[in-house]
Amino acid sequence: MLARVVTFTIDGVDPRPVWVEVDIRPGLPAFRIVGLADAAVREARERVHAAILNSGFEFPARRITANLAPAHLRKVGPGFDAALAVGLLAASGQCPAEALERWAIFGELSLTGALRSCRGALAAAEGARRSGIAGLVVPRELAGEAALVEDVVVAGVDDLRGVAALLDGGEAPPPSAPAAVRSDEIIDELDLADVRGHELPLLALEIAAAGGHNILLEGPPGSGKTMLARRLPGLLPPLSRQEALEVTRIHSVAGIVHRGGFAATRPFRAPHHTVSPAGLVGGGRPPVPGEASLAHHGILFLDELSEFARPSLEALRQPIEDGEIVIVRDQQALRFPTRFMLVGATNPCPCGYAGSDRPCRCGELELARHHRRLSGPLLDRIDLLVTVARPTAAALAAPPRTSTAAMRERVLAARERQDVRLAGTAVHTNAQLDARLLRTHVRMSGAVQRALAHAYDHGDLSARGHDRVLRVARTIADLAGRDAITLDDALQSLALRTRMHHGSDETVAA
Amino acid sequence: MSGDACIVATGAGVTEPPCDACLRRSWLIARLAGHIEVAWSARRGRAGLLTLPDDELVAALGGAHRDVIAREHERFRPADLRRRCTADGIAALCRCDPRYPTGVAELADPPAVLYVRGNIARFEQALTADRVAIVGARRATEYGLAQARGLGRGLAAAGLAVVSGMALGADAAAHGGALAVDGLTLAVLACGPDRAYPASKRRLYERICARGAVVAELPPGTPPRRWCFPARNRIIAALAQAIVVVEAGERSGSLITAGQAAELGREVAAVPGLVTAPLAAGTNALIADGAQLVRGPQDVLELLFGAAALALLPDAEEQRTADLAPDLRRLRERVAAGCDTVAALAGPDGKLDVVLAQLAQLELRGLVRRGAGGRYTVTT
Repeated sequence: MLARVVTFTIDGVDPRPVWVEVDIRPGLPAFRIVGLADAAVREARERVHAAILNSGFEFPARRITANLAPAHLRKVGPGFDAALAVGLLAASGQCPAEALERWAIFGELSLTGALRSCRGALAAAEGARRSGIAGLVVPRELAGEAALVEDVVVAGVDDLRGVAALLDGGEAPPPSAPAAVRSDEIIDELDLADVRGHELPLLALEIAAAGGHNILLEGPPGSGKTMLARRLPGLLPPLSRQEALEVTRIHSVAGIVHRGGFAATRPFRAPHHTVSPAGLVGGGRPPVPGEASLAHHGILFLDELSEFARPSLEALRQPIEDGEIVIVRDQQALRFPTRFMLVGATNPCPCGYAGSDRPCRCGELELARHHRRLSGPLLDRIDLLVTVARPTAAALAAPPRTSTAAMRERVLAARERQDVRLAGTAVHTNAQLDARLLRTHVRMSGAVQRALAHAYDHGDLSARGHDRVLRVARTIADLAGRDAITLDDALQSLALRTRMHHGSDETVAA
Repeated sequence: MSGDACIVATGAGVTEPPCDACLRRSWLIARLAGHIEVAWSARRGRAGLLTLPDDELVAALGGAHRDVIAREHERFRPADLRRRCTADGIAALCRCDPRYPTGVAELADPPAVLYVRGNIARFEQALTADRVAIVGARRATEYGLAQARGLGRGLAAAGLAVVSGMALGADAAAHGGALAVDGLTLAVLACGPDRAYPASKRRLYERICARGAVVAELPPGTPPRRWCFPARNRIIAALAQAIVVVEAGERSGSLITAGQAAELGREVAAVPGLVTAPLAAGTNALIADGAQLVRGPQDVLELLFGAAALALLPDAEEQRTADLAPDLRRLRERVAAGCDTVAALAGPDGKLDVVLAQLAQLELRGLVRRGAGGRYTVTT
């Protein structure tokens, strides 16, 4: 007898439907799985065997062939266990085969017969919706995550018996309600009210958050760079439903399970500086998303930016530019989305104390090396540079100057202005404006043009730097609620532009 | 003395400058560079080594190779070196050349040939102008860099030529200051004139070649050795009428240059520093020993020209800030007074955005610059 079960494999972060066909016929007892399966799938044999027996079902002592179709697609991971077991039960008449047209099945099996959670449930639910399948059976822990997808009935079950009962027309466990993204959860417990001093960095953070600009925090050790960066997610607008879906899907593939099943807050990823290029942008075999993708719609925080290996930083260029990374493995191209805000932190020099209250002990050579590591292609994509100095004792004793809620309100208002202005374009924030959009969407006075031209002519500004200054000036004007950029907006933006103090004879224009 | 040989050569009308004898001498120094290095490291007969005539030099330093070197010396074809210089756009001025700088000729051991690369017209202009050497520590502090840059800028703006060694730190800052106002500047190199040393200053090297000139004692292609740096310093000292030491530790090479300059009868001056700063030990000691104290370009001009200096520098500072709005001028004065971060300038309840915009305006006009740690300094 033959039975067919639909399940899904995850290709990058995209679901691909897989049909598990199980055929049972007379012959020497055997159980074979064919169809480009990886090691975890081949091991499913042992798990399925034990799980069926331990659930009180019968394991047919006949010749069993399971085929995973389409045969050309590489199947990865343990998510096929449940589908294989159910197919086997249906083929041996131990559960109704016709119900399998309405339900797709996704999950790993324990030897006891319990359904265990595995990566990619959200993607599987999306796959079910795209394939037009009404319901999806997943392990109970993953039900919340999978239920983020609308128009698919998600049944979270505990074990194989539960699946059989469900297919038998038994009472389906109450279908999990589609989870709502609740914006009140967004507020991080880290609040800007904890910050003392740091007036200028706070101003820069507000601008960065409002326009989605990449920012570099420079300052001596212990001055509060990390503390400030950690408070940035709280300033950003809440994830939209679509964004939450995208984030959860990536995280689900990477095996990160969120409380409540889905990502409610913007991701904040802070990989250590020893991270490899593959760890940062994704890769491996099978390819998994890297930190840049895990930070999608959130913040990628690179502490000690100058300590990161050059190849790792180089690898970030294209994802920053394109908002996605394409990884080619095994003759297939996988796309991982990478639209994040980059926050870098660095010491001003190798000893860490240049320009601070303590004397710096670095020579020009060391400084030049430090700046060379920072400069170049990556720095070119960072819009704002701000120094984080150690707060004075007086500032520490003073009351807080702002709070996350107050600043977030201004940021949201500025974002709203951007949404209105950029409606109908592919971009959402000022940071994403390219040269063409800048020309059409950024109005400035003659005085602004003259100031920028002056800076450009005197070598204080590169062509790329010119555009960056304009983008930031646009955000400053948005924060102030102005339609046109004023000279003051442009001047502030110039003062905050990214450039490196570079040795004795020149300042590198950026 | 090989100097005599040179006169004989020209006297006999054998060659036009650069004459064969001088080129041969120059070749020999480069050929013996390694041997000189050994002798120099061993502190054996360091002084006066370069005053020896060719044959004695070979005998003294050649060691086991002296016969080989003597033969090579005889076979050396000056025409090859001349061709190479022409091909690389390098002018070779030998001691018999009337254009050879008179200051350098005063040395006890003047280079046989000075190789000049860059803008020859500017070079000759620099030789007729007054020249000030600005030297200092490679690991100069922000303060030292600002002083060197300010002196370079101010003196070059007053029409003087700025001479230095294109080393990291103070030297490069001095050249940079002079170039910033498109002034005259000469870099004396410790290697051949076609090599940018240190390599990280290649861009500066190219800018100097375009707007000034580099000068070297060693023929093209010669790499620098340790002894070449003090040797280079004597040329810096000899080329200039006055030397200003910006920052120098207790046993700095800049102090050697200052000593050589004093022996040549040049004016020696120094920029003072904090008495506790290691890099001010050398300069403060110079001042204690009677060197002129330098607070800015004006002091150097007065040292050189006395009361006439006022006419040269018609208060450039006044001029640069003449049309500044009063609030910008006040802000710049506060930066000059050491209130140098945005937060400090804005004060406890100040408007950061206003200060940022004002600083950007000053920066655009080249009146302040943002240094390490977001600290602003005024440019002079």
